Amino acid sequence: MQQFANPTRFLSLANRALPTIWVVTIILFAIGLYGALVSAPPDYQQGETVRIMFVHVPAAWLAMLVYTVMALASAVAIIFRHPLADVAAKTAAPIGAVFCFLALATGSLWGKPMWGAWWVWDARLTSMFVLFLLYVGYIAIWQAIEEPTRAAMIARIVALVGFVNIPIIKFSVDWWNTLHQPASVLRMDGSTIDWSIRWPLLVLGLAYSFLFLALHLMSMRSEIATRKLRNLQIARSGEA
Amino acid sequence: MKLLLALLRRDLILAARQGGGVGTALGFFLTVLVLLPIGIGPDQVTLQRLAPGILWITLLLSVLLSADRIFQQDFEDGSLEIMVMAPASLELVALTKAIAHWLSTSLPLSIAAPFLGILLNLRTEIIWPLTLAMVLGSSALSLLASIGASLTLNLRRGGLLISILVLPLYVPVLVFGMSATTGNPEVIAPSLLILAAITLASLVLAPIAAAAALRAYLK
Repeated sequence: MQQFANPTRFLSLANRALPTIWVVTIILFAIGLYGALVSAPPDYQQGETVRIMFVHVPAAWLAMLVYTVMALASAVAIIFRHPLADVAAKTAAPIGAVFCFLALATGSLWGKPMWGAWWVWDARLTSMFVLFLLYVGYIAIWQAIEEPTRAAMIARIVALVGFVNIPIIKFSVDWWNTLHQPASVLRMDGSTIDWSIRWPLLVLGLAYSFLFLALHLMSMRSEIATRKLRNLQIARSGEA
Repeated sequence: MKLLLALLRRDLILAARQGGGVGTALGFFLTVLVLLPIGIGPDQVTLQRLAPGILWITLLLSVLLSADRIFQQDFEDGSLEIMVMAPASLELVALTKAIAHWLSTSLPLSIAAPFLGILLNLRTEIIWPLTLAMVLGSSALSLLASIGASLTLNLRRGGLLISILVLPLYVPVLVFGMSATTGNPEVIAPSLLILAAITLASLVLAPIAAAAALRAYLK
């Protein structure tokens, strides 16, 4: 773990790994999209609109996964003072917010023909919306505080407090009557979805994860470069 | 302990004498309460159905808008730095200040709110559950507000940011507060118990988060 703390070593590793990750991402997307758009049968009730699910469900998974990554990175930053952890948390947030927005938007597109409304205040939708707000708050903190070290310290607390809140939100809104279908792919008692639809979903979930990994590494790389630039500028203005 | 009681007393006296305390918060509460029927329309049946929700939202906003008082002034005049050096731990100081905020603002509001609900044609039989739920919930609201206040301690435009940070945290309180007042009679007791659980959890966690944020600003 400690040997990856060095930003230089991280950069060289990221530079070597990124092309492979991109290739894997593209292959996974190709297989997953073929399964989703061509081989999977249309739903007997929903018709072709069911294909929106193949974009929607992995995006929702990733929105939650990325927040978890963010909270873990923040915890690592607090406990081990790992210099890259703050960078990881900071750069994960906008990507996670986009996944969250994608899940909300595609869900809304699907809801109009299926439920007859763009938006309903259902438990699942509300908790995703709150998750989106948590992302927005986290990003806003980084922008509001100018001094980077202090912003990092405050942002860690925001991420962790939000993470404590996620399960509470998830379960508290379950008390409301819910229109959204319950979890059906990843369940203790086996999936309730037919294999022909499930495998493209799982492949696309993996594809989204690799996409996140690639975007995250690139974003971390540019964040490190930004910080170096900033330090150089400060050093130079000190000399002049 | 003596130190913390003295701090509590000081904060309460400051809140009472300085203005901007419970009087202003109550004024804000009343103003929103007057504006809402104008926006919704004066239909008695509609108002009766919306009354508990309106009262909860107004309570949330009043607590939130008074939250910056928890640490702001003490930070500006430097007394917060002295509190950091005090023998009591910063977590307990943060807890004490949150309790002072609760006693001076949230608690009076949550006791007054259900009775102001009469203006909205609130059903009289839910006044007591609503009062109980609001008293329980308001302590969690004050504690969570103290997190937000410490996170935005030294920020210009902190007011808007604190809303984005804290309002998502208020969701569980709102959900169970509503189910304690408008739900079936048999979910009232469990909802109140869960509200109490949220309060207890934030009693433990909020001071830790707030103290960590204060340390970041005072370094």
